[in-house]
Amino acid sequence: MNTRFIVNGVERDFAGDSEMPLLWYLRDHARLTGTKFGCGSGICGACTVLVEGKAQRSCMLPVAAVAGRSVTTIEGLAGPELHPVQQAWLEEDVAQCGYCQAGQILAAVALLKRNPEPGPDDVESITNLCRCGTYVRIRRAIARAAREMRR
Amino acid sequence: MNVLQLPLTRRTFLQSSLTASGGLLLIPAFVRAAAVADAPPPNPLGLFLRIEPDNRVYIGSRNPEIGQGVKTSLPMIIAEELDADWTLVTVEQLPLGINFSGPTPQWKYGPQGAGGSTSIPEAWADLRQVGAQARWLMRSAAAKRWGAPPESVSTRESHAIHADGRRLAYGELIAIAATLKLPADAVPLKDPAEYRIIGRPQRVVDAGEIVTGRARYGIDVHEPGAFTAVMLRCPYFDGGIASYDDAAARAVSGVRAVVVVPGPKQGEPFTANLATGIAVVADDTWSALKGRAALKVEWTRGPFAGESSAALDRQCDELLSQTGQIVRDDGNFAAARESAARTVQARYRVPFVSHAPLEPQNAFVHVEANRARVIAPVQQPAGAQRAVNLVTGIPRPAITVEMTRVGGGFGRRLSSDYVAEAALISKATNRPIKLMWTREDDLQHDFFRPFGHHELIATLDDTRRVTGWTHRLASASKYYRRADVKPEGQWEAELYPDDFPARLVPNYRVEWHSVTSGIPRGSWRAPAHTANAFVVESFLDEVAHASGQDALALRLAMLGADREFDYEQHGGPKFNTGRLRTVLERVAAAIGWGRSVPRGRGIGLAAHFTFGGYAAHAMEVEVLPGGGIVFHRVVCAIDCGRPINPLGISAQMQGGTIDGLSTALNLEITIKDGCVQQRNFNDYPLATMAQMPKDVEVLIIDSQADPSGCGEMGIPTAAPALANAIFAACGVRLRNLPIRSQLAEARAHA
Ligand code: FES
Ligand code: FES
Repeated sequence: MNTRFIVNGVERDFAGDSEMPLLWYLRDHARLTGTKFGCGSGICGACTVLVEGKAQRSCMLPVAAVAGRSVTTIEGLAGPELHPVQQAWLEEDVAQCGYCQAGQILAAVALLKRNPEPGPDDVESITNLCRCGTYVRIRRAIARAAREMRR
Repeated sequence: MNVLQLPLTRRTFLQSSLTASGGLLLIPAFVRAAAVADAPPPNPLGLFLRIEPDNRVYIGSRNPEIGQGVKTSLPMIIAEELDADWTLVTVEQLPLGINFSGPTPQWKYGPQGAGGSTSIPEAWADLRQVGAQARWLMRSAAAKRWGAPPESVSTRESHAIHADGRRLAYGELIAIAATLKLPADAVPLKDPAEYRIIGRPQRVVDAGEIVTGRARYGIDVHEPGAFTAVMLRCPYFDGGIASYDDAAARAVSGVRAVVVVPGPKQGEPFTANLATGIAVVADDTWSALKGRAALKVEWTRGPFAGESSAALDRQCDELLSQTGQIVRDDGNFAAARESAARTVQARYRVPFVSHAPLEPQNAFVHVEANRARVIAPVQQPAGAQRAVNLVTGIPRPAITVEMTRVGGGFGRRLSSDYVAEAALISKATNRPIKLMWTREDDLQHDFFRPFGHHELIATLDDTRRVTGWTHRLASASKYYRRADVKPEGQWEAELYPDDFPARLVPNYRVEWHSVTSGIPRGSWRAPAHTANAFVVESFLDEVAHASGQDALALRLAMLGADREFDYEQHGGPKFNTGRLRTVLERVAAAIGWGRSVPRGRGIGLAAHFTFGGYAAHAMEVEVLPGGGIVFHRVVCAIDCGRPINPLGISAQMQGGTIDGLSTALNLEITIKDGCVQQRNFNDYPLATMAQMPKDVEVLIIDSQADPSGCGEMGIPTAAPALANAIFAACGVRLRNLPIRSQLAEARAHA
């Protein structure tokens, strides 16, 4: 039985194994490789996507679990202009290797949606790992994005 | 673009030619005197830059980008001397370029690697001339066009400017420039006072691609016709396959093949792959993973099945009860000890740790009858080429290596074992193969940072001057199973005998003992400096405390007057005590060294010379009653010579600080029954944001000295500054890493 869902506004119809984690569907089948693989165990958050606006670790989410739902990946975040969180990431020059950053950005987008004025402790609810240690600038970028989005 | 094939002579610094699209290619060549270890001899070939009629400039970046920022900083050096408008510059990653047509292989673009913080010093030596020659060409072309003497033409932001105010964009000068002959000798470089790009903060050039998910990493490579492979590797060091049953694996939908991949023979150098295993080859990653899960394998346990972390600790104790290999012996330490008014002695333990770059290992390799193509995240592309050559027999000139952006390196990808594996699987299946490692694969099969026990002894006279110093280390050398290192040279990877406090203490002795262990070891960011700076800088604090001296004052007294010493290990040729003093004083001043702090808090500091750069940390931390740590303030200072990109340096120092703290607090690889015990980030817990300082302040010394790199300088001093701050806060001295649970226990006992 095919699984139907929406990725970045486009309807998808997947005939393969519905137990396949969404991560591998996105990367190997939809060729949306912005969503990264880091641990496959729900810990690192490199695979973070938005499902109905909520941050989810796509390595832990079988395709079946998103049937009928709408998924946003990093490729689908920007409109004609960058999302304010992406823009803030540029301004604060957050990235080092950059590998974790798609997940970090989407986690930040979801946080700001929940809580438009997050304090330092709220920001720490993001548990996405960054091996390069960009946390200091992630904090700054979230604060900047929050300011911009309140305007 | 066939520029790589152009014959260049030693006399020619730069050649130019027109591209089909009307752009101007500049192919500078340069001579480098320094030999690069573990790489083909460097030679005068070149690096290209291209100017298009619309005035855009394309600059090739030769070194792998692993998050250390060279894809931004190297082109900045060329763009500066070219006097380019940085906003018009596009950076392209160059592939591996080695010319095999001569008697010895020669670099086409200069040395290509990411290790030892060498990219910037090497680029400083040759890439400035690349930009300068291109600028010479633009000026000369403009002079010709205007019929004016070249002296009357200046340049600015990708334009040639006549003394009378006329301007021409570089893009308009292409046709004339292509007819000019370049001078055979080096052209003068810019006066640094005129720099407009170097020394100014420039953001990561790929940032736009990164934040939109378009940046391409090795793991993102999808080549037509390629299968995806994952491997099940023997968990025992030097173990093998006793028997296996792959029927269930082959029955998994999407699985195409199951292939045995033999590892190195016992004791054989690690030049290709790391461990014996079985590869499952499938249509996609998920099918390959399912196939792997269905494999049934009995392993042979190999010669190290009895190895455990506890046994290694016992081995170290035993070794340190004997006299080892003396690798430096100044003065007479025994006599100093006899006559000492006071002796301080302590033992430290530094564990194995894993690199754990966030992008797990992967490689695309297509082996054909007489050629091979590699696309992979690597730190040593020439090593990847050698590995493929070794396992396939295909001659190196027929092996191309393309480099993607790399999701972290930390030294892990100096080894190309995963490229060798992909080549073996591609050869066995006759298909292009994309090999994927999982996190479990990565943590279990690494070239780990060496483990060791350190014993330090200091003697002081009755004026509290340090008269003698001994550093005794029992460790499992990272030079284990390296084809080019003899047993008597193994210590060289573990101890750098010219490091502080050599020459500053008259009776100075360094001793090494070789620990026998089967676990693979390798270079982990700032290799031995992370262990040695931790023990030396912690012990200095202990000496200060034991002798009733201020920890900063003791360090300054030992450094003494500013002077230079020869430094023979990597990072030399000189070590300057004044530069180390400066970074130390800067962080001490910034943190307010000596001020009183609230109860439960303490301030610690540390300084170290790493690979040509001088760095220091000072931090104020609070130790909570339960053993938790709160960072109230973290400051670091770096003198890496003339700062090329302050924003990049800052990022490296912040990231290095966090790497140092995360590793010191949390991380250890342990061994049981000849296997690594850790499997994923649940038991190898990289620090999350919540555990780390909210801010890391970076002070960059405004130096005029030739630049060093800065990718490794931020890490060695973070751990000892933390340990010293913890001691200042609560009187608990932590000598074993990681700190993790010890602090709670130690506090409970205190
Ligand atoms: S890959 Fe999904 S959380 Fe790490
Ligand atoms: S930027 Fe490298 S892992 Fe976060």
